[in-house]
Amino acid sequence: MTLAMMQRGETPDAQQDSCAAGAAREVILAKFRDVAAAQEKTIVPLTDDLVLLDSGLDSLCFAIIVATLEDELGFDPFTEAEDVYFPVTLGDFIRFYERTL
Amino acid sequence: MSARSETLREALTASPHLATRRIWGAQADVGLHDLARSTALGGALAGLAGCSVLLRVSDPLYAALALVDLDGVARRIVLCPPDLAEADLPTVAQIAEIDAVVSDGPSPLAGVPVATVALPIRPVNGTPIADLATEWVMFTSGTSGTPKMVVHSLAGLVGAIRREPADPVIWGTFYDIRRYGGLQILLRALLTNASLVITGPGESFDDFLPRIIARGVTHLTGTPSHWRRLLMTPEAKPLAPRYVRLSGEIADQAVLDALSARFAGVPVGHAYASTEAGVGFEVNDGREGFPADFVGRDGPVLMKVEDGSLRLRTERAATHYLNADAGPLRDADGFVDSGDMLELRDGRYYFVGRRNGVINVGGLKVHPEEVEAVINRHPAVRMSLVKARRNPITGAIVIAEVVLNPHDQPDDALKAEILALCRRELPPFKVPAALRIVPEIAITASGKLERAIA
Repeated sequence: MTLAMMQRGETPDAQQDSCAAGAAREVILAKFRDVAAAQEKTIVPLTDDLVLLDSGLDSLCFAIIVATLEDELGFDPFTEAEDVYFPVTLGDFIRFYERTL
Repeated sequence: MSARSETLREALTASPHLATRRIWGAQADVGLHDLARSTALGGALAGLAGCSVLLRVSDPLYAALALVDLDGVARRIVLCPPDLAEADLPTVAQIAEIDAVVSDGPSPLAGVPVATVALPIRPVNGTPIADLATEWVMFTSGTSGTPKMVVHSLAGLVGAIRREPADPVIWGTFYDIRRYGGLQILLRALLTNASLVITGPGESFDDFLPRIIARGVTHLTGTPSHWRRLLMTPEAKPLAPRYVRLSGEIADQAVLDALSARFAGVPVGHAYASTEAGVGFEVNDGREGFPADFVGRDGPVLMKVEDGSLRLRTERAATHYLNADAGPLRDADGFVDSGDMLELRDGRYYFVGRRNGVINVGGLKVHPEEVEAVINRHPAVRMSLVKARRNPITGAIVIAEVVLNPHDQPDDALKAEILALCRRELPPFKVPAALRIVPEIAITASGKLERAIA
């Protein structure tokens, strides 16, 4: 789903959307684990209500997560969003990506 | 204008063994004995006396010939590099108060008289008036906007050239002789017991290589990017220089080691020079960086480090910018700030990059060159380019493109190895967040890695 579609209030095909969203969730969770391992950080269990700043990752880790997710998913919702948005929990973070799909 | 000193033609005439020495271009070559007493400008030379001359040619060989003609005769020579845009010429002409153009083609400037430089060269009729201390104007590299010009004198340009008797040398240079590094080699060839092979108009690396092999160059010079390219080229095998020289970019340990291995027993030196500051120094101990005691030592070049950057005070430096809005070239004490950032470790200074090339990762500074130096240490890596990618969290993040040696296969394990090396050697914010294996990395016309302007 494109930003323009969102602004027009359109929704893409529902089934396709939920598939893509589910896939995005898995990609994001895997990315958190990969980056934590690569940066030698110990992370707490990844639940939707986990506050990102309590996850054990620092801002550089989040920067790397966003950059490498852009390579895999083809977009970076932070830069595409018109408003400045800072997700607080892991659930916010994942929904932010799903919303832009 | 200061009192006249030795002109280029006089210095050439006084150099040894003229009859045996030549300059080879791509399409023609010229004997230096003939060049010393001839002109490539036909009857036009006398008419250029006292003029500010735009020297704009397609073939670098003609630039070499015209320089011998014009020094001492013209008031000012503006030496156009090949990549100077046509669209910038009117501005350049206005800033440099151009009254004439020397060209090997049609006039690039409407309304300005043109003198044509052409072969064959012909004996100079009578003695041309050569009593001016000609300003040599060169273009600084790597900036956008209005081209920036600096003013040199011939005395400053040849200040680093040792003219004691020496065995004959055949220089080859990947640099274009219309830029500072290449001009240094041209002047060496004209003033010492040397011949020179130069590049032709738009000549590619692959076309130049067989020519320098055929001429049997003994002394070869280029940027680290040129040398990395050469190391990747099987056709370079017959090259057997007696001296290998790098300058124009940071020579990292990986390229120095690779060259020492490739050319066993041959001295591999790297030199520090810039269009603004002139020739700084040479490093011949086979190691990257330079000994800390170079800074502050007596000699023709006095160096200091301030706010992390190298500053040089020397008669070899340019005197000033020609552009009125460019600000002073030298500070109140006569030092030129090179903008090249240094780091002191264990009694040695290491170049870490350009001040204006810094990547800002969440307020932490990363020089692309220091990351490239680490990546280049991996045995499978031939060259790398590190750059910034905008990032919503930290403003920017470091990413890398890597060219592998021809026999190394790009795979994830190799990428992981290179990144592991970076993690061992660098703090986390300097480690590339993404690393891409690419078939090649663009090199600018001046032989340097093509970097986006930060």
